[in-house]
Amino acid sequence: MQRALRLVARRLLGAIPVLAIVVAGTFLLLELAPGDAVDAYIASTGGDATMITALRESWGLNQSAAARFGLFVSRLAHGDLGWSISFSRPVLDVIMERLPRTLLLMGSATALSFALGTLLGIIAGARPGSIRDRILSAGSLALYAMPSFWLGLVLSVVFAVNLRWFPLSGFETIASSKTGISRALDIASHLALPVTALGLVYMALYMRVMRASMAEIWREDFVRALIARGFGHFRIVRHVARNALLPLVTMLGVQAAVMLGGSVVIESVFAVPGLGRLTQEAVAQRDTPLLLGIILVSAVFVIAVNLIVDLLYAWLDPRIGASGETL
Amino acid sequence: MTSLRRFLSTGEARAGLAMLLPLIVLALLAPVLFPGDPMAIVGQPLLPPFQESALPLGTDRLGRDVLAQLVHGAQTSLLVGLAAALSALCIGAVIGTIAGFGGRVADEVLMRITEAFQTVPAFLLALAFVSVIGPTLASVVFAIALGAWPAPARVARAEVLSIREKDYVAAARVVGKRPLEIAFREILPNALPPVLALSSVIVASAILIEAALSFLGLGDPNRITWGGMIAEGRTVLRSASYLSIIPGIALVVAVLAVYLLGEGAAKARLSKRSYA
Repeated sequence: MQRALRLVARRLLGAIPVLAIVVAGTFLLLELAPGDAVDAYIASTGGDATMITALRESWGLNQSAAARFGLFVSRLAHGDLGWSISFSRPVLDVIMERLPRTLLLMGSATALSFALGTLLGIIAGARPGSIRDRILSAGSLALYAMPSFWLGLVLSVVFAVNLRWFPLSGFETIASSKTGISRALDIASHLALPVTALGLVYMALYMRVMRASMAEIWREDFVRALIARGFGHFRIVRHVARNALLPLVTMLGVQAAVMLGGSVVIESVFAVPGLGRLTQEAVAQRDTPLLLGIILVSAVFVIAVNLIVDLLYAWLDPRIGASGETL
Repeated sequence: MTSLRRFLSTGEARAGLAMLLPLIVLALLAPVLFPGDPMAIVGQPLLPPFQESALPLGTDRLGRDVLAQLVHGAQTSLLVGLAAALSALCIGAVIGTIAGFGGRVADEVLMRITEAFQTVPAFLLALAFVSVIGPTLASVVFAIALGAWPAPARVARAEVLSIREKDYVAAARVVGKRPLEIAFREILPNALPPVLALSSVIVASAILIEAALSFLGLGDPNRITWGGMIAEGRTVLRSASYLSIIPGIALVVAVLAVYLLGEGAAKARLSKRSYA
């Protein structure tokens, strides 16, 4: 327990400079964008020149870049991510409204890709070099080469347009006033295709790592010892697979950022009103404060996921302590 | 020469080349094979593929030749993929070398920056950058490189840290070479092989990110892109799904070929090590 606390403290401390750099980078990008927040605010609400000057003064936008950066940081410290132009609402509110849907999409896709990838990886890695292994390896590479948004389109042509098994788009049936289990089922049927598209592409990655890690363990001494002792193939596979699982857990953390990027495009294919769709709206509306708010929130999200993965890893593998320099 | 032969003897490399070479040839010959504007209207709209010999892949919503667009799109995909990967490898190699050789402060600062770039999803970064700067071929290339350099930087740094202690580096120091000269003349060339091993993964992901950006309408508007073609076809997905499916197959072939070449190279390296 104490070990876990030390790990958390060390990771949080390490996250501070990283987040500071992300904040500085976001500010830089905001400066590069043409026009400032007042231009955008006035464009959406209307107002005259005196109002613009007054607003610039009250928002501190007439000051030097350094002073504005200080203001930007102190606002952030108070949880104020700025004003969304296209929504005419605080950025953080808009993001928090959309985030849960993306988390559900990403979480389900991660669960699918992890479970299926591990399973197929074990089947392929049970006998490295066998026909079954080669077919699975080649198939997974082809799957990994697919753009997830294109796979999503193909799935929607087959299963939504032709077979009509699933709804074509959206997060749930609008104004259906469903509650409880029927609402959950409604959401599940809407998310089935986007989750499959996102999950299948990344499944290939987990499968390949699992297979490679098993192929490596087959060469270890303890496996030879098990074979020498006359253990059955099935039992040995179980031992090999258990030892090969650990690298996959680290992959979960690495994949968090990639998966978030992938869900941006997938959400736009299936019109799921989540963070990804919001990103696209921010781009289309030239809503730079919203766009940069999304980047900051996703950076915090990625750091948080990696912290959880590290804790999971430390729990699964007691050999690695909080004092280990590379986690 | 032997390492090239070893590479070519792997099935992966052969399959990869068999897929990639035709694409490269088509991309290079695009102006010869399909002279004139590929966006010109040449026939009736929404002609399905394999109906007319003059238009083997049919026409799109506006009656434009799908095959001509596909071949011109290959130019953009391959160009962006290669240019972005090359920039990412260069940025990564230089930053990794400075971090590994420039002392503790430089190392600490550069590694924090690398970590920060890895914290932001590469695709979101590219999306934000292109939408702020504006979509041109150069900004798309740079935006993709911006998210791809951390991995080569880390590998280069690790390699430089181990090479730094070697005798020939000490010898160069004794001879009186300047640190910058040592870093970039002596160390970097020797640190490159493991960095270059990343190139196939980086090229592949660059092609995929470019496709996703143009799918979302953030590609260079003056160029035909496969991602843009898929997005175009989406509007008639129900009646003419081939318009979205064909450029997607081209993407899968290109990315798969790049992955296969990478696997072939990895296998060739492994077999070299086992012979040595």
